[in-house]
Amino acid sequence: MHYKTIAEWSQELSTKKISSEELTRMMLERIKKLDPKLNSFITVTEEHALQAAKAADTLHSQGKAGPLTGIPIAHKDIFCTQGIKTSCGSNMLDNFIAPYDATIVSRLKQAGTVLLGKTNMDEFAMGSSNEASFYGPVHNPWNTDYVPGGSSGGSAAAVAGYLALAATGTDTGGSIRQPAALTGTTGIKPTYGRVSRYGMIAFASSLDQGGIITRSAEDAAWLLAAIAGHDAQDSTSMNLPVPDYAATLNNSLQGLRIGLPKEHFDANLNPAMAQAIQIAIQEYEKMGASVQEISLPYSSLSIPAYYVIAPAECSSNLARYDGVRYGHRCEQPKDLEDLYKRSRSEGFGSEVKRRILIGTYALSAGYYDAYYLKAQKIRHLIRNDFVEAFKKVDVILSPTSPTPAFKLGEKTQDPISMYLSDIYTIAANLAGLPAMSLPAGFIDGLPIGMQLTGNFFQEAPLLNIAHQYQKITDWHKRMPEGF
Amino acid sequence: MSLTVENVKKIAHLARLNFSEQELALYTPQLSRILDFVEQMNQIETSHIEPMAHPLDLSQPLREDKVTEVDQHKLFQATAPKVEADLYLVPKVIE
Repeated sequence: MHYKTIAEWSQELSTKKISSEELTRMMLERIKKLDPKLNSFITVTEEHALQAAKAADTLHSQGKAGPLTGIPIAHKDIFCTQGIKTSCGSNMLDNFIAPYDATIVSRLKQAGTVLLGKTNMDEFAMGSSNEASFYGPVHNPWNTDYVPGGSSGGSAAAVAGYLALAATGTDTGGSIRQPAALTGTTGIKPTYGRVSRYGMIAFASSLDQGGIITRSAEDAAWLLAAIAGHDAQDSTSMNLPVPDYAATLNNSLQGLRIGLPKEHFDANLNPAMAQAIQIAIQEYEKMGASVQEISLPYSSLSIPAYYVIAPAECSSNLARYDGVRYGHRCEQPKDLEDLYKRSRSEGFGSEVKRRILIGTYALSAGYYDAYYLKAQKIRHLIRNDFVEAFKKVDVILSPTSPTPAFKLGEKTQDPISMYLSDIYTIAANLAGLPAMSLPAGFIDGLPIGMQLTGNFFQEAPLLNIAHQYQKITDWHKRMPEGF
Repeated sequence: MSLTVENVKKIAHLARLNFSEQELALYTPQLSRILDFVEQMNQIETSHIEPMAHPLDLSQPLREDKVTEVDQHKLFQATAPKVEADLYLVPKVIE
């Protein structure tokens, strides 16, 4: 009975077949019983959840409920939640109780959702396997020896294991899409500027974008509508109207032009993955779409450019953790420099330190032009690739990740092999484009994802294209055994 | 680009991080490999390309020059490790 979508639960709530309190208790029970296998939550907010559920039930009984009133969800622990621990997966913020709500949090609260808890993540969103969390790794519900991807690995695993109906995430280089692909869930990274970053702990500010992980494109449409839109608290938030995403889900795909970047279907791609994506492409052709090969000639430079820009912005953003105003502070500092150095060295984990060092180096005197400026120029070329491509096609289709989930520990010794798991996702962040991942099959029992990248602010067509595929396939409805 | 342990010590100081000798031995080759990897960027001639700092070609929005913030220092200082008389405490800076 529990594998329903948000749309289905919403119907049951509004017709009083179930109360939000009952639904919330059911989800809390599932978390208690099943999360020890996954470690997908850092904090479970049982009391808050039950209180919010009761308030939602009151709204339902007064006829004042909206479509999301009473729907239990989870937030990635990168979003500030007033009065609730917000750790960002780091020892640095293990003691941090956020004094205010992020805009995503307050908007979803206003929409009536019930917060079940805060999900596990790679520390400060830096990682692709969720093994870089102070709170221990997250396990993939499809096979608990495997990683769920990262950095929004807790959100993806919780949604895949049905411990939350949806969960928020953030995506700086693929951190929503890659874990969605590896766990068989649906994840959308909106256009840069579509969703407010206020109260979302910063990693790389010109790349970070909040979004959601759900069990279907339809659910994603409902949730995106709730979180998208201008926010005066974020100066990079775009002041554009938010379309009714649900209204266009059933548009016909007749005449849709799909581009396949030849650089993403090269020899690096797992052959079984290539085959699964080919089958999906044929499904789109049957629905009236046309397919053509395109080229994104500079895409091979997206990871090198990213691993200059993201660490540079990270080293600057994370300078705020000084042991003075909030976060971890070392014991008995002997002077101010000792306070900074020991607080930071004790508070940050090894991947975060690695990136701070790279970024500090890239921005330091004498190296700025060779690294940071060079990377920004490459970034321009990468965006131009997409601008050219979108003159010929409406959407770009590719795999989300070059392989299905890998084993825990498989890539932790070699940072570059870990970085390469984001090879197909990073370019969308550099360009600022919206992109999503949806389930497109399985290889040896592990889910794989297909990525759709759209033009600026074209989230509605992406959701429409994804929904049409989900109407004729059932990959997104499958449940891992034991969940 | 090959970094030496001395280079990494200097960068670590700039970033206000401490590392043990063991950590330096681990980080130095890792960082060198990452820098070698990003140097693939040099395959491309970019002297004629404008750097792109941000995805959106926008100027910063302006607002009226009015105070909009309310004083919430008690709330924000509640999460600080050491506060006295509304001030953040740090080790003595000036003798």
